Amino acid sequence: MYRGQSGMWSWLLHRITGLGVLLFLLIHVVDIGLLNFGSKVYNEGISLFGTAAVRVLSMALIGGLLYHSFNGVRIILIDFWPKGARYQGVMFAIVMALTIVSFLPMAYFVMGPVFGWPTGNLRGGA
Amino acid sequence: MRIPSGYGPRLSGAGGFETFSWYFFRISGVALIFLALIHIFLNHVATDVSCTSYQLVAMRYTNPFWRLYDWLLLTLALLHGMNGLRVVIDDYVRSRGWQLTLQSVAGLVTLTYFMLGTITLITFQTAGALGPGCLR
Repeated sequence: MYRGQSGMWSWLLHRITGLGVLLFLLIHVVDIGLLNFGSKVYNEGISLFGTAAVRVLSMALIGGLLYHSFNGVRIILIDFWPKGARYQGVMFAIVMALTIVSFLPMAYFVMGPVFGWPTGNLRGGA
Repeated sequence: MRIPSGYGPRLSGAGGFETFSWYFFRISGVALIFLALIHIFLNHVATDVSCTSYQLVAMRYTNPFWRLYDWLLLTLALLHGMNGLRVVIDDYVRSRGWQLTLQSVAGLVTLTYFMLGTITLITFQTAGALGPGCLR
């Protein structure tokens, strides 16, 4: 009934993306902590986020966060919407569709500067 | 059909920490959807991540709203995530001794990170930090 079906995969993905986002949070609080060491240290540290390699990691983070967000709503609907459990499979398909559809424009903006795609968000030059 | 799965309402024994945790996941989760996704949008779409600098943070933090925003994001994300880690440890670690050890480490990490993040947010000085950069 459960093993190998959508309920298992949604649960496993929720757990993996949750742990991944948590790992990033633990790194991010430290890199923000560089603010305590002044502008030179912070700017050198944070400039890593602009590199192509870290941008790829950022895309993974954003994809994971989007899935975790949409699937979280699905879990809440299963819990509080009387028909939630019956439609959990359909909702999982919707979660995957929303994740992909919202991920693509985000990926464009995150990777744009690497490939020179127009993003219009580099005001003033970096 | 009423088998505890981690999903769905708790079957019995309402009250206590696990019930609180169950509600906390859902309530903080809804708040975090907005807090985290807006945060990502601001720092990756509205301005590119390469524009993030000491000066940009200083400009933002002249408005106390963003300190409060970031503090809420820090606090809720940390508690939501570390509570998730607590559940994962309970799921996979069988030995009571190891469970206790890892939960204690997780608790200490939570407290340390909460303090580090809070101190950073409170003590950051904006005066004199503003200069040229990717400012809007």
